[in-house]
Amino acid sequence: MFEWVGTTPWSVAIHESLWLYPIIESIHVLGICLFFGMVMLLDLRLLGITLRTVPVTDLTKKLLPWTFAGFVPMAITGLLLVYQDPLRAYDNYFFQAKFVMLILAGLNALAFHTGIYKRVADWDRDPVAPFRARVAGAFSLLLWAGVIIAGRLIAYNWFPKT
Amino acid sequence: MSILAFFTALEQSWLGQTIQGSIYIFPITEVFHLLGLAVLGGAILLVDMRLLGLGLKNHPPQQLARDVQPLMKGALAVMALSGITLFVSEAVKCYYHQAFWFKMSALALALTFTFTWRKKVLRSPSAPATQKLTAIISLILWSCVGIGGRWIGFE
Repeated sequence: MFEWVGTTPWSVAIHESLWLYPIIESIHVLGICLFFGMVMLLDLRLLGITLRTVPVTDLTKKLLPWTFAGFVPMAITGLLLVYQDPLRAYDNYFFQAKFVMLILAGLNALAFHTGIYKRVADWDRDPVAPFRARVAGAFSLLLWAGVIIAGRLIAYNWFPKT
Repeated sequence: MSILAFFTALEQSWLGQTIQGSIYIFPITEVFHLLGLAVLGGAILLVDMRLLGLGLKNHPPQQLARDVQPLMKGALAVMALSGITLFVSEAVKCYYHQAFWFKMSALALALTFTFTWRKKVLRSPSAPATQKLTAIISLILWSCVGIGGRWIGFE
């Protein structure tokens, strides 16, 4: 399937274009800035490292829309980067690691929002969030940093499978 | 010594040659550069968005700027160190690459603007129009730095 996608006309067009690839990748990086920047601020707030006097719900209510504003272009350009050269992703352990960490980061966020965050009213103004929220924040930081690290290293396929 | 001669000497130095000779040092340094960029981006965006009247509207920009200042300065330090490391290994390529000079000019402007005018605006309450203009200039300058930097990697 990966081979077939790589032969579709649009995939070839992006791959062979001089400008499209750099433009897509630049948007991907700027998306990372906005997305990871906002995620990191919430995580560090949960850990009690920054913005300690700002209620947690202020951050989630006001910054989550901006987190999505970073996520959407990042996800679209990310899909395009795979689409323009699917075999590069297929033959790459860094890509697989990135994908696994993406899923784990998603599950971590889901666990946070359906778990300890339901009772946020009890700890909204605490400078340091409760243990379970701190764990979610730490996992989020580590997983998203891991996603960025693995993503950057896809370009350097140190352990080719074939 | 001309700039080109200086860049050539850097690349031929022990450090430049060690980085060139390793398949791992450059990519790993790039990873730190990118993580630093994400943190720096977040710290600048949060405050600039607030100056534009977006995001954490309940809190004064002065407070947000103070809170994220350690993040911003830490990220800048990581970016400068990793950036110099990346540069030393391919200084001659950078010399002939327009994107490098574009990025460095934008960086000089962005740093100057951030630590003079923007800092002043964030110290004392200013008119909304001044705050918005400051944020827009800051966002444009730092975006140019990011895009220019990414472009150095493309021929």
